[in-house]
Amino acid sequence: MSEPLMTEPPTTEPPTAEPLVEVREAVKYFPIRQGIVFKREVGRVHAVEGVSLTVRRGETLGLVGETGCGKSTLARCITKLHPLTSGTLLFEGRDITGLSRSQVRPFRRRMQMIFQDPYGSLNPRRRVGSIIGDPFAIHGEGARDERKPRVQELMELVGLNPEHYNRFPAEFSGGQRQRIGVARALALKPSLIVADEPVSALDVSIQAQILNLLEDLQREFGLTYVFISHDLSVVRHVSDRIAVMYLGQVVELAASEELHGRPRHPYTNALLSAASVADPDQAAARQRIVLAGDVPSPIAPPTGCRFHPRCPKAQEICVQQTPPLLAAAGDPDAHLTACHFPVEPGEDLTRVTATIPEEERAE
Amino acid sequence: MSLLEVSDLHVSFRTTDGDVQAVRGVSFALESGRTLGIVGESGSGKSVCTQTLLGLTTGARVRGTARFEGEDLLAMSEDEFRAVRGAKIAAIFQDPLSSLHPLYKVGWQIVEMIRAHEPVTRAVARRRAVDLLGLVGIPHPAQRVDDYPHQFSGGMRQRALIAMALALEPKLVIADEPTTALDATVQAQILDLLLRLQQENGMALIMITHDLGVIAGLADEVMVMYAGRAAERADRRGLYYRAHHPYTNGLLESIPSSSAAGARLRPIPGQPPSLIRLPSGCAFHPRCAFAMDRCVREQPELASVEDGVRHASACWLPGHLLGTTEEMKRARQDASAAGRTVERVPGQTPGQDRAVEEGAA
Repeated sequence: MSEPLMTEPPTTEPPTAEPLVEVREAVKYFPIRQGIVFKREVGRVHAVEGVSLTVRRGETLGLVGETGCGKSTLARCITKLHPLTSGTLLFEGRDITGLSRSQVRPFRRRMQMIFQDPYGSLNPRRRVGSIIGDPFAIHGEGARDERKPRVQELMELVGLNPEHYNRFPAEFSGGQRQRIGVARALALKPSLIVADEPVSALDVSIQAQILNLLEDLQREFGLTYVFISHDLSVVRHVSDRIAVMYLGQVVELAASEELHGRPRHPYTNALLSAASVADPDQAAARQRIVLAGDVPSPIAPPTGCRFHPRCPKAQEICVQQTPPLLAAAGDPDAHLTACHFPVEPGEDLTRVTATIPEEERAE
Repeated sequence: MSLLEVSDLHVSFRTTDGDVQAVRGVSFALESGRTLGIVGESGSGKSVCTQTLLGLTTGARVRGTARFEGEDLLAMSEDEFRAVRGAKIAAIFQDPLSSLHPLYKVGWQIVEMIRAHEPVTRAVARRRAVDLLGLVGIPHPAQRVDDYPHQFSGGMRQRALIAMALALEPKLVIADEPTTALDATVQAQILDLLLRLQQENGMALIMITHDLGVIAGLADEVMVMYAGRAAERADRRGLYYRAHHPYTNGLLESIPSSSAAGARLRPIPGQPPSLIRLPSGCAFHPRCAFAMDRCVREQPELASVEDGVRHASACWLPGHLLGTTEEMKRARQDASAAGRTVERVPGQTPGQDRAVEEGAA
């Protein structure tokens, strides 16, 4: 085989605090239009509203939240698949918010995405070798005949048989297809990989294979991950820091163990208490915080704190004022919570009765 | 007599590629008021097994018996079956959107269901539908009964389906991945609801899931399926703390757990076999770290592995090796080394795709 593709020395230094991606006050609205000739905007989906966060080089930032919380939209904004409605996006220190398609291209190769559905994200009519080689073709790297050995090396790297270069995606199982997606994302040696629910569609035993693979690749190439999942146990396993999102906003951001050990936002508490555990005794001992109702519509999000209609601790101020994302009293500086009344350690939320009666809560 | 006794159930489908042997000899029994969890990955036969009980596997070749209150479901005529299904055996499926008709009001669908089985007037059935929607925790049931399914959220749709399943006070409810499509907090609500309703009505419940976490808190007994057969069956604590079958232990170790956050996961190497061309002997042997010579030749049957409790495993390893402690793992290594003359690498079989466990690192 020719010269190995990825011969950069393995990054040995620990994750530095240097930011790779910075998002400032990111807002993303999707307009809802009606009418045939004059498409009037009749409303907008507030998918992401005022999110600021930093992804540090070499770390894994987990994004958790339930359906419709904006975690995928935020990820797509970070990789410039969606333009931001307002706000700033910095990548490797440079403002790339307003760049045009061609201007953003050199940055694109530094950031790649892995998608949830290993079936929908691979073109069924193209051979695996050419799918993985696409990034080379798009970015004009190497002549056609030079690409094959590089693609085969990538296949080997993610645990696929390089001899299967000419097969179609349908000939691979779900876990193997996800490996194809990983190989494609790695092709241009990106520094950032945004993985949107990369293991959610896979069986448990295969899920663990892919998680281990992602971990190995991160160590080997010093990759930075933004890892999105609704599964808290998976996010906890892979992440250094975790951002919890609710209705388009980050409600809590902390180091992984800190968040699990001392969750301060009532929503984080509820989410953690609802996560399933494969242990009968733990499951029996645990008190679930059952939230009232459903997630409100992001078309007309609630006033003040967006969680107030479902929050067991909500009071008058929560309806009126949006709490800022700050370090609460007694927390380390890196543990940020957006709540007027953060949960105290040892507080039992299953017994708290709300201060606002249900009828008075703003819809 | 048990409420439901399934014995030696075989289900296969004919396809152009060959016969898909989806279920290959499954037996279990279930008493009233008890919950059986059936766990398995895609293609393990867990859903086909219960869909056959509901008469939903048209075109399949079915062998074996499934006695419900003493009557064999598999030998019934379509008319006899229709009287049982819905009234005595009800089902809740994974996708609450495709299980409700989008063009009819939710209440109407429950009313139809009641009137199909009982001679009651529309008004009486409607009152019952409102009560049921209230019972499953839908706010303002008297108004919501006239909503269409799209006006309900995912969690509310699943509640409506549970209301429909419970409408005729069935003796057995089969829930096939009832919470898989739902978010964690909603999943917790629905599981609590199912458990509460089961305790109130004394019905039997079969919970099918791929997620060992979902049933850890609610199943009395758990059956783990692999490639169409039961790999292991035990009471809940026995299965989670003293598992015998290497597949069950592998599943338990594949889950990122809170106690060992950040520690490296131990996946099961390889991938599930094709149900058309099954491996010889024990279907799990190509992925098993403890495979012996015997495992390649002979298929193990479910056999008791613990004294005094119902705990059976279909594995040739000695019965007393339970759980995942280091000591037990070593004992398993020794036992399998003694029964092995050829070295095997789990997850790699000649002619199959190389499925690498640890990636390429």
